[in-house]
Amino acid sequence: MKRVRAEVLNARRVGAYHSITIVAPDVAERVRPGQFLSIGMPGERAFLLRRQFSIHQASRRGGWAGTLEFIVDPRGAGTSWLAEVKAHQFLDVIGPLGTAFAYPRKLNACLLIAEGHGAAPIYFLGQELRTRGKRVDMILGAETQDHVFKPIEGKRLSQTISIVTDDGSLGDQGDVLDVLPSVLERTGAQVVYAAARRPTLRAIADACLERQIPAQMAVEERMACGTGMCFTCTVPVIRKDGSGFDHLRACVDGPVFNPARILWDRWMGDEPRVSATPPEGFPVVRTWPG
Amino acid sequence: MAGLIVAKQTVAVDLGGIRLPHPVVAASGCVGTGRDIPSLVDVHRLGGVVTKSLTFAPNRGGPTPRAAESASGLITATGLQNPGVESFVAEDLPRLVKANVPLFASVTGTTVEEYIRVAGALHRQPGIVALEVYLSAPDDERGGEPFYARPERIAEVVGGVSRLSTIPVFVKLPPLLPDLVEVARQCIRLGAQGLTLIDAAPGLAVDADRLRSELAAPVGGLSGPAIKPIALAAVYRVANVLPRVPIMGVGGIRTGEDAVEFLLAGAWAVQVGTAILVDPAAPVEIARGIVAYLREKGIASPADLRGRLRVREAAPEAPA
Repeated sequence: MKRVRAEVLNARRVGAYHSITIVAPDVAERVRPGQFLSIGMPGERAFLLRRQFSIHQASRRGGWAGTLEFIVDPRGAGTSWLAEVKAHQFLDVIGPLGTAFAYPRKLNACLLIAEGHGAAPIYFLGQELRTRGKRVDMILGAETQDHVFKPIEGKRLSQTISIVTDDGSLGDQGDVLDVLPSVLERTGAQVVYAAARRPTLRAIADACLERQIPAQMAVEERMACGTGMCFTCTVPVIRKDGSGFDHLRACVDGPVFNPARILWDRWMGDEPRVSATPPEGFPVVRTWPG
Repeated sequence: MAGLIVAKQTVAVDLGGIRLPHPVVAASGCVGTGRDIPSLVDVHRLGGVVTKSLTFAPNRGGPTPRAAESASGLITATGLQNPGVESFVAEDLPRLVKANVPLFASVTGTTVEEYIRVAGALHRQPGIVALEVYLSAPDDERGGEPFYARPERIAEVVGGVSRLSTIPVFVKLPPLLPDLVEVARQCIRLGAQGLTLIDAAPGLAVDADRLRSELAAPVGGLSGPAIKPIALAAVYRVANVLPRVPIMGVGGIRTGEDAVEFLLAGAWAVQVGTAILVDPAAPVEIARGIVAYLREKGIASPADLRGRLRVREAAPEAPA
């Protein structure tokens, strides 16, 4: 990871979101879809923690070389401050952070699922999969039309795309889970990637496990530091040999995880259906086929 | 390593026989366990490091959410996640030792016996200069209340660890004890050689929109600038009564000036926690800020600032 004082090249509204492009060649060189940036907040405010954002685009060549774009969903103090940032301001940026999505080697049909601002890293992933000759289909879910992120971009990247909004203002009315079974069937998806709200991710994880489809998910968990120091952003993950589970940091061992190894009950705060570590160990789940 | 020497100032400090190259130490739990401290934190330029609090066996900690931002602060409850003493010694300690920085090992447990076992496993490790006793862990033998809630349990832990340890023992005390000064005195009588003031204050964050607590715990520790005045008051009150006991002041330090405030109040050195999470370069910047202040005021060293806070004449100690 590197820390840079990055100049804002461009800041603009995109629907309900704000897109910020910064100049950061050292970071842009290395970044891969799924990874994120940690942005410092202004010094004299009551909100002091760094805020984390998945990377949406990284330009490594051409006129915009060395730039990174990330998307801000202005819902709280820090994101609202960022939504006001202008070109030529400087941001305190640490990145790239976290693990990236893995590309499949042999499998070809990739289903990419995003809710809201989850589309930002998912599009980045989609581009890289297309460059590698993979088939990409998408499901995009959001509250309302303004919250569907760059739908034209989504259409451009995908063979087929299903857009669903809670109020039906764009695409069909409903949510991701309403269309998931039919899309899985229709596209013959062999690999699933998702970035969505936790309950949605959990349901997608169940559907993939049921159908034995390998999946990867970019999770969101509150991060007090983003750089691995504070241990507040942990996810309960079953060990590869099933001998127990650990609390892994989403900023170091994630944010991309194999959902088949996440202990969803524990992570969602439900009464765990399985005891801490069952005497026979956890079922060993198929890891990423690569 | 050599202390920072700038013109006529030196910023090395002596904490009752423990020499720190400068008075800014990384607080427990804010630079991870040691095996993967991000390179952005220049560990070998720190004045010292306090390790994550260690239990005897590995502890995976509590459920998330473990953190909530609060006005000028942070509330956390990680629930003692740590690799356990054996794994720490094998994986984390070598990397910390390589950084050649004074190490304080934070000792904790959920029984008195565990505190003593952890201390036993650490006090002879090369590179560790002192132990720091963390008392906010739940006491299994007293219904899960924190150890600091009962003076007799503090006594058992501090006495047990101090009797066993061949290296100095610092005790980290929470801020809101009704008789903080007396507890501090008692710790020294039991054999502790220093104090860390303060641990985080109990804090609750509420999500009114969803009618629930923000943290799983639900009560966590409040740290950061919000608690600085509380920490300063604790340092001031204890230092006045125990002027010869090394005190590391901690609570909301972000700048060199903040650190100087603690030294004036009576601290011998300071720790920085939340500020590192926000800015990995903070400890070195704070040390530089102390140097700049000393130079500007024409003061030779941090020890010359210690306890020099001027207060109005004849003010009796304020009631707790």
